[in-house]
Amino acid sequence: MNQLLQQIINGISLGSIYALIALGYTMIYGILRFINFAHGDVFMIGAFVGFYSAPHISKLVGGSIIFSGILVMLLAMLICSLLGVTIEKFAYKPLRSRPKLTVLITAIGVSLFLEYGGQLIFGPDPKLFPTIVPSMAVVDTQNLVIGSNSIVAIVTAAILMLILRFIVFNTKMGAAMRAVSYNHQAAALMGININSIISFTFVLGSSLAAAAAILYSSVYPSINPLMGIFPGLKAFIAAVLGGIGNIYGAALGGLIIGLTETFVTGYLSPTYRDAISFGILILILLFKPSGIMGKFEAEKV
Amino acid sequence: MHRRKKILSTVIIALVSLIISCGQQADQNEILIGEYSSLTGTTATYGLSTHRGLMMAVDETNNAGGILGKKIKLLTEDTQSKPEEAATAVTKLISRDRVVGVIGEVSSSRSLAAAPICQANKIPMITNASTNPEVTKKGDYIFRVCFIDPFQGEIMAKFTFNSLGLKRAAILKDIKNDYSIGLAQFFEESFKSLGGEIVATQAYSEGDADFKAQLTALKAANPEAVIVPGYYTEAALIVKQARELNMNMPFVGGDGWDSGKLIEIGGESMNNSYFSTAFSSDDPDPVVQNFAQKYHQLYGEKPDALAALGYDAGLIMFDAIKRAGVTESSKLRDAIAATKNFRGVTGLITIDQHRNALKPIVILAVENGKLVYKETVQP
Amino acid sequence: MKCHLPKLYLLLSLILCGIILIFEKNISPYYYQVIVYIGINIILASSLNIINGFAGQFSLGHAGFMAAGAYTSAVITSSMHISPGSLASYPAFLFSLICAGIIASLFGLMVGIPSLRLKGDYLAITTLGFGEIIRVIIQNLDFLGAARGFTGIAKLSDFFWVFGIISILIFLVYNLINSTYGKGFLAVRDDEIAASAVGIDVTRYKVIAFVFGAFFAGIAGGLYAHFVTYINPSQFGFLRSFEIVVMVVVGGMGNIIGVIISAAILTILPEALRSIAQYRMVIYALLLVIIMLLREGEFLGGRFNIKRLWKKSPAET
Repeated sequence: MNQLLQQIINGISLGSIYALIALGYTMIYGILRFINFAHGDVFMIGAFVGFYSAPHISKLVGGSIIFSGILVMLLAMLICSLLGVTIEKFAYKPLRSRPKLTVLITAIGVSLFLEYGGQLIFGPDPKLFPTIVPSMAVVDTQNLVIGSNSIVAIVTAAILMLILRFIVFNTKMGAAMRAVSYNHQAAALMGININSIISFTFVLGSSLAAAAAILYSSVYPSINPLMGIFPGLKAFIAAVLGGIGNIYGAALGGLIIGLTETFVTGYLSPTYRDAISFGILILILLFKPSGIMGKFEAEKV
Repeated sequence: MHRRKKILSTVIIALVSLIISCGQQADQNEILIGEYSSLTGTTATYGLSTHRGLMMAVDETNNAGGILGKKIKLLTEDTQSKPEEAATAVTKLISRDRVVGVIGEVSSSRSLAAAPICQANKIPMITNASTNPEVTKKGDYIFRVCFIDPFQGEIMAKFTFNSLGLKRAAILKDIKNDYSIGLAQFFEESFKSLGGEIVATQAYSEGDADFKAQLTALKAANPEAVIVPGYYTEAALIVKQARELNMNMPFVGGDGWDSGKLIEIGGESMNNSYFSTAFSSDDPDPVVQNFAQKYHQLYGEKPDALAALGYDAGLIMFDAIKRAGVTESSKLRDAIAATKNFRGVTGLITIDQHRNALKPIVILAVENGKLVYKETVQP
Repeated sequence: MKCHLPKLYLLLSLILCGIILIFEKNISPYYYQVIVYIGINIILASSLNIINGFAGQFSLGHAGFMAAGAYTSAVITSSMHISPGSLASYPAFLFSLICAGIIASLFGLMVGIPSLRLKGDYLAITTLGFGEIIRVIIQNLDFLGAARGFTGIAKLSDFFWVFGIISILIFLVYNLINSTYGKGFLAVRDDEIAASAVGIDVTRYKVIAFVFGAFFAGIAGGLYAHFVTYINPSQFGFLRSFEIVVMVVVGGMGNIIGVIISAAILTILPEALRSIAQYRMVIYALLLVIIMLLREGEFLGGRFNIKRLWKKSPAET
């Protein structure tokens, strides 16, 4: 009981970040029906944008940590969405009519390129991520400690998801995205510009990954070029678990995976943590391939 | 179709000729030394450190006039952090480039794949940082300049039990890393035989960033000390998160912690933690200071223990060539085996009859964000 | 006609292996090692070709089967204390390879059964997950050395073993494809519903493809373990599976010869790029993307067409 509450807090703060990354996977899958393996590496680039820009930005805006934190996040989101759109234009767009396997391999190729390119440019050694969220204990008792960065991560993730929800369900662009996810041809016949919708999806997905990267690096302030692999993989499991293509599903899946990993590590054997994550994935695919929230076909994005 | 086939065959021919042409020709005025190192992949950060240390050793020796009137030429092969690549790289270095000695690798798994090849070809190999005892058991041509896991594990256990006076320890080890598992195992054996108790064991995987679940579970077992036998990459984050969870007991690690990055990333949280190492860039000894300053000039950062080990592995190889007077493999092997009280940056190194390095181990503590010398243990 | 050519080919290639075996000592060890790696990759790629290319099942877990085979055979030969070169080593090694294949094909069966329900991307993810689970399990088994790896495996693999097994594999694949089973595979790949409508047991064919592919992946694992003499769970990660998939896709799904050629090229490529150490993997990744973007249909020829292997290809060059 002593550790239960603490483990729940640990799990939710981890899960909310997984959820943000999972949203990117899910939206891109919803529109293009392929797994963007490079998504975790866009996440990594986001963290490095934060790393290089934060010292300059905090010098520019002066003392206010919160303001400079928001600026850093916006800059990372901007650069990552440019990166996401560029990857889509050069690597995925020419392959749109090809077999899925080809696109998947290209995506993994892009992912390897970003990882090894990152090792070359940024260096393979871990770097200290600058403090952009002041770190202090908000709740501090013998058995339960909640840090400010965990709360910031959870709250920011929740706000971003609400914004995303608004864009997808309450704007024209969102309606067009939903239309494209149902049927490309029919959407095109209705006068929707498929290419710009796909670009927009990459902008949304990549900027969420960048936001997640800034939050993740604030909680775990050591970044390196291979840091995107594991969160990317876990977020992907979360997306499938929640029902790939479904926004609520991705959020729910992220929380479930975050909590499961925390509980498996805390109470069972931590060595089987990754195997259990994959085990969940396989079970869900076998018995409910559409994921937990998959039945809401109408909400697929 | 025709055009594509033509392009394809051109590509194949080009590749094949590239392979045939890219072999190194031995120059009469050069001594060829081979290095295999993980310059890319998951452990690139460690491989790069040893590589930089070794390059410094080569440059210094060459600037001082080389050895036996010849310059040293270092041939470096990347292993991509994969064992089979290490085997290919070493085969290439030995059979095509005809190197007289081989240096590498950080990871015992790669050294274990490469050592049998060096042994079969009777080319001396010095591993810079492979701590698994099995590596040097592969044959009489395989040497090392770092500690072996049982020795360091025992020292860590004695320090925790005797010097810190703590009887209840918890272990947090890296399940994917052979170094971490080895160190954890030998720590546990020694600690128990001293009368200590291991109250909990938890694990993580290299590349993890979140350790709060493991730490929360360890906290519930109420240990007096937490042993983290792993690398600084994760150790700094582990201690930082532990402090966030109000775990204020001492944390103890091995030489994998030894890097400027440990305190850079861990910050104030690292206070009240200890690690064993052979090297400290803050050591006032002029040999060490000279090395640390030059390294800083060249690469803009403080050398870590791996850079120092890479440097020492190179110097011991060159020193042996000098003493042997020739580069013939059996004489070179004997010269390396006869290394005694060699003053490296990681201490006075003697190669014992099992071809392992005997050298003093130093315990450092972190106090007020600075490394503080605690004690030295002779082998 | 139908069955003579492959038998002739099998005989010829075995003789060729024998001849090269005589000159084995004269080949530079580095080339020799690269050639053996090429051979092992050919077995891996060709066996994956059965699953991905012929039966059309999208598998990303081949390294898992390879790991199962590598560890099985390593445990068997280590417990027998076989020394290389002794007369007893040949049957013992053969026995260990067969066991490796059988254990791996049991895993193939386990993975094949879910494939009955899943398709495309979902199947890829499931197989990827299975591969990782196999690896994590090995990582936690102390008697297999866990993360420290399994050391002291006798060096029993050589050119003869590897290329002998390639010959047998290609012979089997060729015959399989020409048999009713092969036609069944192709039917399942091209249109599952139509295939079941004409009375093909889709389930059975899919499972057979997985079992057969996994069997040879396990053997490749055994050959690999006894060549490198040291195995470690990290050698059988997701990236390894991915490399094999790339070989199959670049060579052309279902194209026997194309896959063999691409396995050879993609093994040589990183070696050729060796001199530029740190840039090597970046260039490899970039080349991969470019190849995927430039090729139309399959890079090395079109879809599998049995006649083309013998008749058309000489005329085409």
